[in-house]
Amino acid sequence: MTEHLKMDEVQPRLLDETGQGAITRPMDRPEGPLKVSGRATYAAEYKAANMAFGVMVRAGITKGGYSIDESSVKDMDGFLGVWTDHMIRNSAQGMMDTNPVQLGQRVQYLGQPIAVVAAETFEQARHIANRLKVDYSPEDGDVDPETASQVDQSVALDQGDLEQAMKDAEFTVDSTYTTKPHNSAPMEPHASLAEWDGEKLTLHGSYQMLKYNKNELADSLDMDADDIRILAPYVGGGFGSKLGIAAEAVGAAVAAKALKRPVRVVMSRQNVFEMVVRRTETRQRVRLAADKDGRLTGLGHDNRQSNLPDEGFSEPVTLATHFLYGGENRRYEQEVARVHRMAAGSVRAPGEAVGMLALENAMDELAETVGIDPIDLRVRNIPEIHPESGKQYSSRSLAQCLKEGAASFGWDQRKGPKERREGEWYVGMGVAAAARTNILMESKARVTLNPDGTALVETDMTDIGTGTYAILGQIAAEMLGLDPSKVTVDLGDTDLPAGSGSGGSWGAASAGSSVFLGAKAIRAKLAERLGCEPSALRLQDGMATGGNNRRPLAELMEGPIAEEGHIEPGDMSDEMQQAGYGAHFAEVAVNSVTGEVRVRRTLSAMAAGRILNEKTAASQVHGGMIWGIGTALHEAIEHDPRTGHVVNNDLAEYHVPVHLDVPQLDVMFIEERDDHANPMQVKGIGELGLAGAGAAVTNAIYNACGVRVRDYPATPDRIFPHL
Amino acid sequence: MKITLSVNGEERSLDVDPRTTLLDALRDHLDMTGSKKGCDHGQCGACTMLVNGRRINSCLALAVMHEGDEVTTIEGLGEPGALSPLQKAFVRHDGYQCGYCTPGQIVSAKAMIAEFSNGWPSYVSDDLEAAPDFSEAEIKERMSGNLCRCSAYPGICAAIKDAAPEEGLNEREAAE
Ligand code: FES
Ligand code: FES
Repeated sequence: MTEHLKMDEVQPRLLDETGQGAITRPMDRPEGPLKVSGRATYAAEYKAANMAFGVMVRAGITKGGYSIDESSVKDMDGFLGVWTDHMIRNSAQGMMDTNPVQLGQRVQYLGQPIAVVAAETFEQARHIANRLKVDYSPEDGDVDPETASQVDQSVALDQGDLEQAMKDAEFTVDSTYTTKPHNSAPMEPHASLAEWDGEKLTLHGSYQMLKYNKNELADSLDMDADDIRILAPYVGGGFGSKLGIAAEAVGAAVAAKALKRPVRVVMSRQNVFEMVVRRTETRQRVRLAADKDGRLTGLGHDNRQSNLPDEGFSEPVTLATHFLYGGENRRYEQEVARVHRMAAGSVRAPGEAVGMLALENAMDELAETVGIDPIDLRVRNIPEIHPESGKQYSSRSLAQCLKEGAASFGWDQRKGPKERREGEWYVGMGVAAAARTNILMESKARVTLNPDGTALVETDMTDIGTGTYAILGQIAAEMLGLDPSKVTVDLGDTDLPAGSGSGGSWGAASAGSSVFLGAKAIRAKLAERLGCEPSALRLQDGMATGGNNRRPLAELMEGPIAEEGHIEPGDMSDEMQQAGYGAHFAEVAVNSVTGEVRVRRTLSAMAAGRILNEKTAASQVHGGMIWGIGTALHEAIEHDPRTGHVVNNDLAEYHVPVHLDVPQLDVMFIEERDDHANPMQVKGIGELGLAGAGAAVTNAIYNACGVRVRDYPATPDRIFPHL
Repeated sequence: MKITLSVNGEERSLDVDPRTTLLDALRDHLDMTGSKKGCDHGQCGACTMLVNGRRINSCLALAVMHEGDEVTTIEGLGEPGALSPLQKAFVRHDGYQCGYCTPGQIVSAKAMIAEFSNGWPSYVSDDLEAAPDFSEAEIKERMSGNLCRCSAYPGICAAIKDAAPEEGLNEREAAE
């Protein structure tokens, strides 16, 4: 049986009644012992009998045609073959659900996957890929987003008259910010092991959204999706880069089919930097018009970014700008320059991660211009209703996050620029708001309760480090009145009911709701057997109570009860403006001689509805804040201005934060329930932690030393000349 | 080429290509996939192993260079049901998310505690002669070769601090 819910109306707060105490508490991850002992197995760690090794071949030109000279390598030790069939230009975009661009024998950026070679060993395959002769017929192509000849322009909204509002305003800000491209850089490189059994393909891969990945792979290979099974029980980080099927999966499948033996292809770190997706660079202009009290009368947020020709994705830079602050005159213009650089796509918190840097820096500039506290300014500008659509907001504890966060952080100790000095260092504080649209996606899961008081949760949902194993077990345990240790969670297998996949911070709410519904159906059955209304049923520690009856679960059950839960988004998504909110605080020290920045401490006050696991949720927020620090201070892809290729395509040259970059990070959760979001009243948090985080750092830099960095990242060379 | 290694106390003989790294020798030839490959270039620390007691990036070492060496990997530190103090502390403090950098972090931390205990100074030590304090700054500096993109750094640092006394902090090695 399937318990189906379309989220058309507010649901009762059942999880406030159940009382098992499994939910919200900071439970350790159940898969922890496997991970800390090296026993959790990631995609490249599966082996098959008679397996061959594949390596991707990258394009050596920016644009043009190519042909492979197989004779250049066919006599090398271990050579098994080289194939260009079905090559995809770049990874599929999130939820694309079909094949990415396939070009045949054409190149559109330097570093593009153009072939896969296979050999008996990895060392042989790598050598062959390096030695393979490729004949190119190069053509000219635009690589610079600023001068590109093809630019797609759009105006998302032009409400009222922003120009006039800027003229009439008491105070204005008109600033331009730039951000560099970013790479997701998950620690596990993309990897696939493909095995064919006749027309059936089994792929061990490292992917975030299996039900879509199956279709993307099928369409890329021109085959039936029903013949594909993808397994990804452990995924070594994704952050957007594993949303869509990538070149190594296609390469492995093609080679394995041709060789009639299993083939494993693992991307090199350099491949991950080039063949997957980057976050686009952005140039953003933010205009703010305010009255004498700092109330916004107008707001404009324009951006220019880039992507490959025919790539549908654009970074939704203004996602949060639409609903965070008021002001009746509003305008958003976007330009996407078409260039021959690697594809742009989703990197953690697409939109907010860079859009909120500009917006929240501009708000800081406005606070200074108006002469009021940045927290006051933000609270003053929280709109009653959505300033564009007129929708009501669901839960929105933004003011509380700002105020309670400020009190806990010691915001009242903040001074003006260069007013706090400790030895060589200027010290300052900064704040930024956080907002991330909350989304519910269709998701299915099967829950089985056994008479021995154990339970099983099954879905093709993934755990990419987000804590899915923990929270799905906790939800089932809470609903069924079991200790979470009694619940087994099976994930990452397309033979299981199709979950939402991990992306857009909707995994916990969506996959979680499907587990909730499956368990709710089991509760209904138990209530019937106990002879009470489902609402009167109480399940705790393996005992069922209701209607003056109290019996152990085992006595109520003749055999296992299995139910499928199925959640779908409904009217609540359309009718209400739903988002998670928060406030980030940072204290930084800026070296008065070198301009070096050190983040000293941070606090993130977050409101994301019901928290399912305080430990894993806090870890998500830590991750977001640390990404914010990286974005603010050092992360930047550098493209070669002549060829467009990624120059710093490894972890030595692309600087992700390391241990010593990260100070004490505090997190506080504001108690909240979002009745409109889903039947569990939870909202996503994985990306909320990053939204605005970097702006708190750069605002703190200004407060410390009086230098406004508008070109990210805030490396010393952008600070010390202005000190 | 035929070589013999002592892996987690067990003699293992294998036949490898001279180009095979120590990391791949274990992952692909001995099916010990606990040590991870994040970059294959000595840039991330996911492949950290102990060779004769010292931590190294095993992706930068050729297997054939280690004939007769004693190699310790994450699998040798503990297993589910019998985890080492560091491993338990990582679980308790959520010192990981996806878990991919985790074996490297733990093996690295194990060696780092020993280095510290033997008085090795670091870039953040105030005094090169005096015994350093086991402070957060020292832990973080000494662990900065182990990247974690999930950014579990706060939990990792807390776990190391918590488990260090049980992992022999301040016990000098005679063999130093
Ligand atoms: S895999 Fe060895 S340091 Fe990255
Ligand atoms: S736990 Fe994912 S990279 Fe460290």
